[in-house]
Amino acid sequence: MRLPLLALLAKEPAHGYELKQALEQTFGAAYPQPNIGQIYVTLGRLEKNGLIKGQDIDQSNRPNKRVYEITDAGREELAAWFAEPTEGPRVRDEFFMKLVLAPGAGGSDRLALINTQRRHYLNVMRGLSRLAAQDRDNRVAQLLIEGAMLHLQADLDWLERCQEELD
Amino acid sequence: MSRSGPDTARVAATPDADHVLPPAEAMLWAQDLVKTHRGAETATHAVRHVDLRVDRGEFVAIMGPSGAGKSTLLHLLGGLDRPDSGRIWLDGQRVDGLSEARWSLLRRRTVGIVFQFFNLVTNMTAADNVELPALLAGMSPRQARARREELFAELDLEDRARSTPAALSGGEQQRVALARALVNEPGLLLADEPTGNLDSRNTRDVLRLLARYHASGQTILLVTHDARVASGADRVISLFDGEIADDTALHAPADGPTTVADVLRLKG
Repeated sequence: MRLPLLALLAKEPAHGYELKQALEQTFGAAYPQPNIGQIYVTLGRLEKNGLIKGQDIDQSNRPNKRVYEITDAGREELAAWFAEPTEGPRVRDEFFMKLVLAPGAGGSDRLALINTQRRHYLNVMRGLSRLAAQDRDNRVAQLLIEGAMLHLQADLDWLERCQEELD
Repeated sequence: MSRSGPDTARVAATPDADHVLPPAEAMLWAQDLVKTHRGAETATHAVRHVDLRVDRGEFVAIMGPSGAGKSTLLHLLGGLDRPDSGRIWLDGQRVDGLSEARWSLLRRRTVGIVFQFFNLVTNMTAADNVELPALLAGMSPRQARARREELFAELDLEDRARSTPAALSGGEQQRVALARALVNEPGLLLADEPTGNLDSRNTRDVLRLLARYHASGQTILLVTHDARVASGADRVISLFDGEIADDTALHAPADGPTTVADVLRLKG
């Protein structure tokens, strides 16, 4: 949450609620609705660290709102974020542990483990397809969903390899 | 049907094997299908004692690694290849012993097939590719044209009617092939890796269309390696080494992820 908020503030100063709306509009329904409380907490922390600075604006009939802008230190932090490669999702090894250790440990046979895992992935894939159909006009959301689908496809292909090799 | 070899004992163990009737809801029913490809020195057991039932209105996907026998199974069910043994009923009719000519008739009226490489007739227009099988099935030219126009409107192909396949994109060719498969309103649509040669966007379009025809009652059996395609089905059968390793109904999306972040979190 920290760095995405910094990235939004690098574009223009904004207050907490505007940042929440910007996140929602950018990522669409596919992304979890950002919690406004979490946004305020994060902004407070960023300000304490000198990455943004806030200024209270008076509003008639309503509490003041605090508008934030990014500082030079914030821009440096953001530049470092953009410059670094990002660690991708790793293969989760818990399933593989089960698969390797189940025979002889009184667990299910390997085919049953593989089938359970495959059913799970297929149902997740089905959920994603539904999600994609709901948010068809948001290209960012569509790409996110497509990415998740491609990861799942790789997981399914890998299950087949496990089945071939360990049978 | 006469049988010989090691399968005889198996078949005889089933009571009244030749007198069973398929369940009324079954659009497709196959029992104990066996197919072995014989090379010069080796025999590959492509399909080994497969039982399969697809009910009317169901959308079933068959998945599995390449070489698992998926396409061979589909070819047996569409009469494009003959089983060594086993029985097949289509729409209540026993079909495994039919002649090639009878199968051709069935494929015109009862079974529509879509292939990975589209298999359109290259020197005919898109419209003729679709209208010809309708004419062969006995429709008048006027009816065939009306039906083709209806399908082209649904498949967003209206301005492609006069093009030959070579002038069409892969996605368009597959939509024409889908129109051809559906022109005679077959009870069963078979599809062999229908998106195997398409990019992501065209895959999505074909999927959307299959879902739409399924929603209007079309029974579909497709073979795919693409889990996105399979996840559109009601049921997924996993084929491995010519045998069914799993057969599962997919859940309502309620237990699936509600956001992409859920999925990313699942994956750690």
